[in-house]
Amino acid sequence: MKYHPNDIITSAQKLSRRTLLVGALQLGVVTALGARMRFLQVQEAERFRLLAEENRINMRLLPPARGIMFDRDGRPVAANVPNYRILLVREETEDVDQVLAQLQKLIAINPSDLEKARKELSRRSAFVPVTITENLDWNDFARVAANTPALPGLLTDVGLSRIYPQKENLAHVVGYVGPVSDYYLSRTKDSDPLLQIPRFQVGKTGVEAQMEHRLRGSAGHQRIEVNAVGRVMRELERAEGQPGGTVKLTIDSKIQNFALARMDGLSASAVVIDCETGDLLAVASSPSFDPNLFVRGISSKNYNALRDDVFGPLRAKAVQGTYAPASTFKMITALAALEDGVLSPDDTVFCPGHFEISNNRFHCWKRQGHGALNIEDSIAQSCDVFFYSISQKVGIDKISAMAQRFGLGEYHDLPLSAVSRGVTPTRAWKEKSFSQPWLLGDTVNASIGQGYVLASPLQLAIMAARLGTGRAVQPRLVQSIDDTAMPLGTGAPLDVDPEHLKVVQRAMFAVTNTKNGTAYSKRIVSPDLQMAGKTGTAQVRRITAEERLTGVIRNEDLPWEKRDHALFVDYAPYDNPKVAVAVIVEHGGGGSATAAPIARDVTLFALTGQMPELSHYPAGVKAQIKQEQEELAPKLFDWSTLDKKGQVQT
Amino acid sequence: MSYLEHNLAAVPVGFRKILALNWPILILLTAISGVGFVMLYSVAGGHTDRWAQPQMLRFFLGMIGLFVVAMVPIWFWRNMSFPAYCLAILLLIAVEFVGTTGMGAQRWIDLGFIRLQPSEVMKIALVLVLAAYYDWLPRRQISQPFWVLLPALLILCPVFLVLRQPDLGTSLLLIMGGGAIMFLAGVHWAYFATLIGSGIGLVVAVLQTRGTGWQLLKDYQYSRIDTFLNPDRDPLGAGYHITQAKIALGSGGWTGRGLMQGTQSRLNFLPEKHTDFIFTTLSEEFGFIGSISLLALYTLVVLACIASALSNKDRFSSLLTLGIGITFFLFFAVNMAMVMGLAPVVGVPLPLVSYGGSAMLILLLGFGLMQSAHVHRPRPKFK
Repeated sequence: MKYHPNDIITSAQKLSRRTLLVGALQLGVVTALGARMRFLQVQEAERFRLLAEENRINMRLLPPARGIMFDRDGRPVAANVPNYRILLVREETEDVDQVLAQLQKLIAINPSDLEKARKELSRRSAFVPVTITENLDWNDFARVAANTPALPGLLTDVGLSRIYPQKENLAHVVGYVGPVSDYYLSRTKDSDPLLQIPRFQVGKTGVEAQMEHRLRGSAGHQRIEVNAVGRVMRELERAEGQPGGTVKLTIDSKIQNFALARMDGLSASAVVIDCETGDLLAVASSPSFDPNLFVRGISSKNYNALRDDVFGPLRAKAVQGTYAPASTFKMITALAALEDGVLSPDDTVFCPGHFEISNNRFHCWKRQGHGALNIEDSIAQSCDVFFYSISQKVGIDKISAMAQRFGLGEYHDLPLSAVSRGVTPTRAWKEKSFSQPWLLGDTVNASIGQGYVLASPLQLAIMAARLGTGRAVQPRLVQSIDDTAMPLGTGAPLDVDPEHLKVVQRAMFAVTNTKNGTAYSKRIVSPDLQMAGKTGTAQVRRITAEERLTGVIRNEDLPWEKRDHALFVDYAPYDNPKVAVAVIVEHGGGGSATAAPIARDVTLFALTGQMPELSHYPAGVKAQIKQEQEELAPKLFDWSTLDKKGQVQT
Repeated sequence: MSYLEHNLAAVPVGFRKILALNWPILILLTAISGVGFVMLYSVAGGHTDRWAQPQMLRFFLGMIGLFVVAMVPIWFWRNMSFPAYCLAILLLIAVEFVGTTGMGAQRWIDLGFIRLQPSEVMKIALVLVLAAYYDWLPRRQISQPFWVLLPALLILCPVFLVLRQPDLGTSLLLIMGGGAIMFLAGVHWAYFATLIGSGIGLVVAVLQTRGTGWQLLKDYQYSRIDTFLNPDRDPLGAGYHITQAKIALGSGGWTGRGLMQGTQSRLNFLPEKHTDFIFTTLSEEFGFIGSISLLALYTLVVLACIASALSNKDRFSSLLTLGIGITFFLFFAVNMAMVMGLAPVVGVPLPLVSYGGSAMLILLLGFGLMQSAHVHRPRPKFK
């Protein structure tokens, strides 16, 4: 025994004391741990459960299918096709460049797309999926999809992409969609969350833009469970969005296509309106362009080519373009005079070939003069002096008022881009716009649709329809939305003396159906399809006095951009108007020579629904028409390629 | 007291030793391990082959080891104390050269059938050697500076080696465990006051030297401290583990989401969900009731160790039993404090529950020693 017994006892006591002390300390720690558990799991449970849910659940917007568009016969004009695309989420990959390099080994990517995607990647938040490439074919898409496990951050996705199956045919009417721009986002009041989706497509022009809110539909959403790296584990809830409305246009694609083909090679426009319903059957502007180019983002080369083309393929001339209506305006001047009582149907005016007023000489197109003419003959032969004369009696304000009753100078509310109002000048208007007094010469010019008067082909077609029916026909472009029919544009009878209207209608009939008529050679001979029309030739330059002395330069000798615009308006059949047509050929020369044949063919096509039969034409031109039709046929759209099933996604 | 004063004939022999084992502790250890199997099954998404089965196998081997160790008389183990300590030191040195890198640190020696963590071995070896030292040391010398410095060196030598790995968590556990045994052995409290005081000084020094050329810790260790102090500062970066762990714990509520229903662990929001952070999965899936129950099981083990130690008249056995209990306590307390955001994230597993190679084996062998002490405890002489 080397220890003192006391030692042992005190040591043992100390051991038990300190053991108890340490034990108590341990219990204290355990109590603290338990309290912490209680704090986290009982007191703060709600908060943490919420955080766990947030961790786990992501909301994703489901873009709705954009509304599709048909023409009046159910031919698709704007549809959706599956768009196979590849997205990249920056935060899920450590090395974007490496992933992109690997992706390029699998599929070919357009370098400009890649550049765009890189820019987008650096601009957007790290968790936003950015489109790397889209519109892949199925094979490429499948190859990438099979390799996504090796390509962190890459997602494959099937979206819907807009397609315009009729290509050029309705570009100016339907317009096109394109990715929403930052500029648009910054100024729009539209708070639709869909717009925040990168490259979400919105209507840019035409019906696509004007009816954007009906076509877009509303966003659906998807609640998905994601794991810590954001990979989707399962879908918890899915609420499909409301697809956009199905829009049925009044356009008849076949008429539209015929009109475009007929105007091929010209800078021209044609509007065909149904006289009974106001339905716009064709609103064609030539040349046109392929709107599909814009959907995927047009290359600057293609865009510049379209922009710099002197024929202006991007302009919707039919509704946007304004032209001096020229002689097509004479019916308005005549009606104004008749209604005002300053002119009776039998009054004649002697045309010596020119008209003098306040020391200015205004010429008739026929230098040697027409002699004495009544109103019917003066319209049929398009005598200018007659209208110079009567306009002095009736005055500009009444002429303009009459023009407005026939749809000129009026804004027609159609879902199209940049619908022009045109100009029906009045004294007050000139005072206000130019701070100049109205001159008598201005009235003279206006009486034959020159000077300040401006009208669009759409307005002229409406004018023709109203002249033919005596009703205030209202244009209509949309037949129905989601099977809800839009109101017809039949219109109420115009407050014009039917006798006076009859005089003008007879005169228009005489234009195309009497030997002296300016468009006699462009007549339709079938008795049930005969048309009434009016030619117009709008000067785009001033003919000086010196030029008149040496002889007016012929149009063909002028450079293209100085030639006259050729116009023609008509309605048919004469005794029961079904369609009204307006055609303007920019710098086309004489209305009778250039515009009238187009209008005649389009009218016949609209009435018969097919390539016009030769029997409708006068014997003398049949051979020429036959040849023209043979040249025209291959330019028409091949409707058999329009596969409704394949291209229309509902 | 020493065996010399007791009647050794009362110590059971042969198979009767099995009856003399401390069965409550064995049952508690089995229960805790059972919880571990269930949790490993759950975090593997309902598969046993991934983690639960290897863990069961290890538990089985560990239990066999425990019985074998428990059958061997405690005095043999006391004689083995110093050799065991030397072996552990050698292993720690060896790991410097042949160690396998994991989680940015050299910690393992791959023995083929098992990845041995020498620092785990050292935890038990240190307890052994300190218990033997204070059993051997005359009582009056306990608080003499030289005899305090000696065990301090016994502690600091492995601490230094473990820090080099670098494994801050284990080195702190070694200091705390060793210090606790010295305190229990009766070293004067003034040493501990000084130690704690200088400890605080060290913390200040560690924080103050940050960013200077001679900073005491590695950058990742600083970032762990930062993260601990303010986990919300960077919830997706350095604070991610703690934040997600707290979310998992908290979202468990009273009763939890049910087995395999924990979204945090199932969706991989939790880091190291089958090892150091397994407690969060348990809390998420079994709620407050589950986590407090596990805490109770752990506490009972510690209390049973204290009871066994107090009833043991052999000084070595007492100190050994208390040392094993404290080591066990430090394991689960630090792990739980860590995942609950009360301590910095240091790599300490949850004993018997976390999936771990050598940790469970070594721990069970440690309890084997404790059982040996219990079985071979001196019995009062009957007259």
